[in-house]
Amino acid sequence: MSAVVDLSSAEREVRDKAAMASPVSDRFVTDAALKPAFFDWLCRMGDNALVLGHRTSEWCGHGPVLEEDIALANTALDLIGHTQLWLGLAGEVEGRGRDADQLAYLRDAAQFRNLLLVELPNGDMGVTLMREFLFDAWHHACLSWLIAHSQSPRVAEIAAKAIKEVTYHLERASDLVVRLGDGSGESHARMQAAVDLLWPYTGEMFKSDAIEAELVKAGIVPASETLRETWERTVSEIFEEATLDMPEDGYSHLGGKQGRHTEHLGFILAEMQFLQRAYPGASW
Amino acid sequence: MTTASLPEIAEIWDWLSEVPDPEIPVVSVTELGIIRDARYEGGTLVVAVTPTYSGCPATSVIDMMIEAKLREKGVEDLRLERRLSPPWTTDWVSEAAREKLSAFGIAPPIDGTASDGGMAAKAARLSGKSNLSVACPRCGSANTERISQFGSTPCKASWRCKDCLEPFDYFKCI
Repeated sequence: MSAVVDLSSAEREVRDKAAMASPVSDRFVTDAALKPAFFDWLCRMGDNALVLGHRTSEWCGHGPVLEEDIALANTALDLIGHTQLWLGLAGEVEGRGRDADQLAYLRDAAQFRNLLLVELPNGDMGVTLMREFLFDAWHHACLSWLIAHSQSPRVAEIAAKAIKEVTYHLERASDLVVRLGDGSGESHARMQAAVDLLWPYTGEMFKSDAIEAELVKAGIVPASETLRETWERTVSEIFEEATLDMPEDGYSHLGGKQGRHTEHLGFILAEMQFLQRAYPGASW
Repeated sequence: MTTASLPEIAEIWDWLSEVPDPEIPVVSVTELGIIRDARYEGGTLVVAVTPTYSGCPATSVIDMMIEAKLREKGVEDLRLERRLSPPWTTDWVSEAAREKLSAFGIAPPIDGTASDGGMAAKAARLSGKSNLSVACPRCGSANTERISQFGSTPCKASWRCKDCLEPFDYFKCI
């Protein structure tokens, strides 16, 4: 646990400057033509991490065993760390003086760009772990692409930082999907039910749109559909080990990336944003 | 402060080596390898710091402690810079720090235990145990097992010794 410290305003200023200052130059950050699309895409990355991080943190103090509780809280912490990096860069690109905290706490649901998958309620441990796994497998593939191919050095450096932690998440989630899928009759049934529940929300990860196309053209981001092959390979390999059935692709719920959310996001924001809404600008 | 009286960069590094990690106070920020650069830009001292884990809550405390230490030594014109790339790796944890970690009860990182070890990690998963042995920092036994991939801070995992039966922290390798 970090010590509780009283930051003087001068100290806070130094800390905040340190959080902002990056020595890496990147022409895309100030590219006026790309700005709306780039900002939007950075919010997609940041909001996925933020909303899943918040959902995962809901387990803190409620995990079935202490180790799982700690693991989930640490995973949530990593995701909130990624949020600060992605939304921090989003704020810089936007150039209106909004920082990561303002973007996280002061936007309403329609401005959020996360996948519907990450805002669904946690359900039981099976749903929580399966969602983590399905998302991690996509997240890992996406970050790998960004590190290898993105023409934006700032995007690539965030991806290179995040993937170390995401690799850990994917490894842990894979282990548990195998252990529970290929476990008792009860655990197997719950894991298969989780797959069946979540599967219609996975298609959105591979759905492109005009905003993404602009950035694909600039060489900054991958076209979503190109990540499907890697994702399917990871998922089918783990499912085989876990004795779980991969459903046929059918209907996909879409809209999260464009700001059309399920009813669940509003409840998350009501809790997450309460303090900043009730006491604007509060800091400690 | 005039340019002529600015402290030598080597001296700055000495001062930084007096700043402990707030979570694991037996090692310094320089031994952890998170100070990436110290340089002057004109009369401004610029210190580049890299985070260990993206969400590590100690990061802002570390920035503050660096600031406080350098101010105490008389540095007035100072800027901290966050450096993300190359991302921090446990390879940068110094030899001396590894010994101090072990004496403190935390098993130091072992190369090859990182998750991106790919094949090694997969083989370990299939055989149901770790591919490399992490020595118990209390009794030295290599007969240990992982309890959880995560621990009391983002940089540690929970392990236990099967000989002395004590649980311990392992400084995980990334």
